[in-house]
Amino acid sequence: MTPDTIIEAQGLSHWFGNGEARKQALFDVNLSLQRGSFTVLMGPSGSGKTTVLTLIGCLRAVQDGSVHLLGRQLHGAAEADLVALRRRLGFIFQAHNLHESLTATQNVIMGLQVHRGVPEAVADRAAVHALGLIGLADRAGYLPANLSGGQKQRVAVARALVGNPALVLADEPTAALDKDSAADVVDLLKRLGAARGTTTLLVTHDGRILDRADRILTLEDGRIVKVEDRG
Amino acid sequence: MSRLLQALFGRLPIGWLQLTHNRNRFAAALAGVAFANVLVFVQLGIMNSMGAATLRPYALFQADIMISAGDANSLTDGGNVARQWLLQAMADPDVTDGMGLFLANVPWDRGEKDISLSTFGVDPVKPAFLNPQIAGDLAMLQVQDAAILDRLARGLSKEVAAAIRPQTPLSFESQGRTITAYATFAGGGGFGGDGYMMVSDQTFLSLFPARSSAAPDHILLRLRPGAEVAAVVARLRTLISDTSLRIRSYADAAQEDLRYQQTRRPTGIIFGFGVLIGVLVGLVIVYQVLSTDVADHLREYATFKAMGYGPRFFLGIVLEEALVLGVMGFIPGLIIGTAILTAMGKVTTLPLAMSGSMALSVFVGTVVFSVISGAIATRRLAAADPADLF
Repeated sequence: MTPDTIIEAQGLSHWFGNGEARKQALFDVNLSLQRGSFTVLMGPSGSGKTTVLTLIGCLRAVQDGSVHLLGRQLHGAAEADLVALRRRLGFIFQAHNLHESLTATQNVIMGLQVHRGVPEAVADRAAVHALGLIGLADRAGYLPANLSGGQKQRVAVARALVGNPALVLADEPTAALDKDSAADVVDLLKRLGAARGTTTLLVTHDGRILDRADRILTLEDGRIVKVEDRG
Repeated sequence: MSRLLQALFGRLPIGWLQLTHNRNRFAAALAGVAFANVLVFVQLGIMNSMGAATLRPYALFQADIMISAGDANSLTDGGNVARQWLLQAMADPDVTDGMGLFLANVPWDRGEKDISLSTFGVDPVKPAFLNPQIAGDLAMLQVQDAAILDRLARGLSKEVAAAIRPQTPLSFESQGRTITAYATFAGGGGFGGDGYMMVSDQTFLSLFPARSSAAPDHILLRLRPGAEVAAVVARLRTLISDTSLRIRSYADAAQEDLRYQQTRRPTGIIFGFGVLIGVLVGLVIVYQVLSTDVADHLREYATFKAMGYGPRFFLGIVLEEALVLGVMGFIPGLIIGTAILTAMGKVTTLPLAMSGSMALSVFVGTVVFSVISGAIATRRLAAADPADLF
């Protein structure tokens, strides 16, 4: 593990259910992501992609194996530590998951407000700036209901990046978008991430965006079966 | 409002923004809280008025000690007291004077409506036992069948009441006699009668021939200035051999009557339950609004959880919503409640009115039940699992 290693997972296995219904979802997964890299994790439905994402994202407890995230061991970590680590991550979901009652600016502010102590004026300014970077400065006061699907996902990207996270975890962010919007969102993610040195792990089975990846990991039946470096 | 809440909570006022996002639902929620408030105000107003109406006749007299029959839970309840105990009480060195108090309801046919006057028979030469507003006119009661009438009695118009003077008295028939009112005082309708009337004990006995001058309903005593009431009460309890009698300070008698009316009489219990039901309705309404709101936003809450927001943040949102509903629902509730109590007070002449202490206590109660509802509603937040978002 080098100082630039953001994630180091070794021998990661995971099960769901209990007793006879217990089913293994991951088998001895090893992976390492370096600072600033843009990695795509792909594979068929049920291959375990989402499980990997939720374990790395501190949303599930690590059952077996080790995961070091930003130098912290997740196996056996206390809930409060996991919550603190999550504040250093950016999440982008398949459904944009913007808050319907908040404007685009306010949704982006939520990505900053989680870090206590950021003054209101600073948060406002950073949110407006982030919306400008994704080309939505003129939609700052719009509620999600008044934005297109692509615009909503771009706001979600701004929300994920505004707090300068060390790692962005994106789950099928282009699944519900047309070709142009999908390319737009991924390009934004890559460009803004590269400018900030943010590591990105993007789960998809959208073949249209593979050419943007520095590295492609293919997962099948809970095992990484292929690693393709493109950097 | 948004800026104010943002300054107050030091974060985006998500609770406020959520509530106001759906304006129709927000208005319905506020109407629900206001309704609960009105319910509590009306019940509380009636309960308080019952208290005020109970204490009002006590304010017509001035005494230090009251002796009543053992079963006299209130001024109007219970048996009589033998006058001999008045004479016995006068043997105590601190007792300076005593008066038998007679009490019964006198019907008055007012044409379109019969009214009933709670009538006190008093000694017309003892003004010290009467409230100053009556004491000055007391001597007039020495005239047979003379009365001092409650000008606020139900069924008595202001104009008619205002015209009552010694020069222009008002006469009416009751109990087979012609009663003549020469003066008035401010009483008011209560739950047991439509108003009050003062007559002399002799006139009272003429109106109620079956009653005996030797058996008033209560005995009032006055003590020399500086005398310790509790000590005299204790002495009288040993001095008077009838141990079944209730010998209490006048203030205690009034408070015991009040407690009896509020806790043991059906009316008091019913109004008490009315207040409780109002509070429960408010709790249920606020809980329903908040828990629905939480359920509607579970996905957003799960997203915030994933982003690293902790339980205090979510509790803060729900409590913010509870406070907004409680405070904003209280304002229309207060306005409507005040209007209803004022209208009811005018119609019934009961002392029904909004008081500052009542408004404050209902406001505090509203905020408290809103916060309790909010705290209960936050249990649904546990269902917001960020891992389910993927």
